[in-house]
Amino acid sequence: MLAESSLSRSLEHQITVQDLNARYVEAIDDDKLEAWPDFFTDDGGYLITTAENVAQNLPLGMMYATSRKMLRDRVRALREANVYETQRYRHILGAPRVIGADGGVIRARSSFIVARIMHTGEMTIFATGSYEDRVLLDAGGTARFADKTVVLDSRSVDTLLAIPL
Amino acid sequence: MNIHTAPRQWPAEGLTRVPYWVYSDRDLYEEEMARVFRGNTWHFLCLEAELPKPNTFRTSHVGDMPVVVTRDADGNIHAFENRCAHRGSLLCLRERGEAREIVCCYHNWTYNLEGTLTGIAFRRGIAGKGGMQPDAKPESHAPRKLKVEVFAGLVFGTLGKETPPFESYLGAEVAQRIRRVMRSPVRVLGGYSQMLPSNWKLYMENVKDSYHASLLHMFFTTFRLNRLSQKGGLVVSETGANHISYSMSADVAGKEYEQAGMRSAHDEYRLEAPELLQSVDEFGDGIGLQILTVFPGFVLQQVRNSLAVRRIVPIGLEKTELVWTLFGFETDDAAMTELRLRQSNLVGPAGFISMEDGAATGFVQRGVRGAPDEQSVVEMGGSGTSSEESRVSEAAVRGFWKSYRQQMGF
Repeated sequence: MLAESSLSRSLEHQITVQDLNARYVEAIDDDKLEAWPDFFTDDGGYLITTAENVAQNLPLGMMYATSRKMLRDRVRALREANVYETQRYRHILGAPRVIGADGGVIRARSSFIVARIMHTGEMTIFATGSYEDRVLLDAGGTARFADKTVVLDSRSVDTLLAIPL
Repeated sequence: MNIHTAPRQWPAEGLTRVPYWVYSDRDLYEEEMARVFRGNTWHFLCLEAELPKPNTFRTSHVGDMPVVVTRDADGNIHAFENRCAHRGSLLCLRERGEAREIVCCYHNWTYNLEGTLTGIAFRRGIAGKGGMQPDAKPESHAPRKLKVEVFAGLVFGTLGKETPPFESYLGAEVAQRIRRVMRSPVRVLGGYSQMLPSNWKLYMENVKDSYHASLLHMFFTTFRLNRLSQKGGLVVSETGANHISYSMSADVAGKEYEQAGMRSAHDEYRLEAPELLQSVDEFGDGIGLQILTVFPGFVLQQVRNSLAVRRIVPIGLEKTELVWTLFGFETDDAAMTELRLRQSNLVGPAGFISMEDGAATGFVQRGVRGAPDEQSVVEMGGSGTSSEESRVSEAAVRGFWKSYRQQMGF
């Protein structure tokens, strides 16, 4: 049995991560990509990789950013440079499991499943995997990702991966 | 009712026309697997570095035929069909691993790492009952062994009896350009694959098409990674089969694209984090981009310091898996690895400069659905397949068709 104060802290951590991820996927699914970088700290990390790479301890990702600026460049490229057919995602999140919390950083894992809906009406399960998050609470109590690693269960991506996961 | 099917007659214009039935004819696909892939051609199987020590294996493909690649106890590399002599089951079910022998899970038939059948469970039966007749010769149905050549850290295999030696198949210039990139032992950084919604040939045409790169991929043009006005060249091997397209990284600051109003040129576009494009001239020759192909399905990529091998696995008429493996060198320090990882944003299914390719080949596949008798026009740079300085050319695409038609007998 957890002591009452420890239980409430643990619930607070879980709700913090769950709320952050809920707002994060809502921004992506509602095509508010300009808001996406703001879910990260200034030097926040973002990596999309595969379970196969992780199992072999290989560092490669499909998207790799080490700052909010790099994330903003990604959004700008999607808006202005890259060519891809109109599509949208629908993320479904599992409950986060808090792995640990110290020094103001919460470490947590959550499962996700993403359906991709093309302008043609074609709808497929596009990706499943887990978010491996390090969430930082600033002095004002705002939670942001210091690190978000998206581990895809499959090594394979259908056609292309334009919108972030 | 009479349904018209296009006769398989190549248009009289020759290499400057590609009939659209080549992307949609179901019988043709099976014929290609037999003639192009299981014929007298070389196929990239894996990096030598993916078999890091004795008694390891890696699964791969030749066309849609599954293959096992192994490194035996003495360090020699072998490749054989991933099919049991007995009932045809896959022998190796995992992508990679360690093994001293390969055992079929279905009935426990055993093979050594050369792919030779060495053991049949209960061949003589049990207590004198059951088992095979003494004159049975199951070995005659053994998985086919490939001829293997390891060239500059790349493992290639062929099933053909008359395939030329690998280096002469490449041609001198292509061989030299492979050695240029594969200059020392590599370290694998990771991989992924991309399912392309198109026939395999559309992807190979796309890679050989030096004309499209800076027009489709705005990122290329805007950041002057690759413009047709930059110095560079297009090399097509004598057989047409293999090619290299390259450009120098030195920026000529030309305004040709802007003046011509190309969508892909966007001069006021700046990155907030320009470190994405920071690169070093690691080969010491000023070449910032080199795309190289070996017929029918191999790509070696140098985009600045992002190095990768790509291999295609046809999965039916309208589906192709593109398997990417990105790498650096064993000698890379942490900063160099970080540089390569950052630049990996340029390539792959989410690549700033390559994500469009996955879609563009599908646009053609869908676009030609009702037009098997129509044909594409491949006339940029004339009608030949020779090397040239200008990349405003489709010479390498024509080279692909020259080689393809030869293999297929069209």
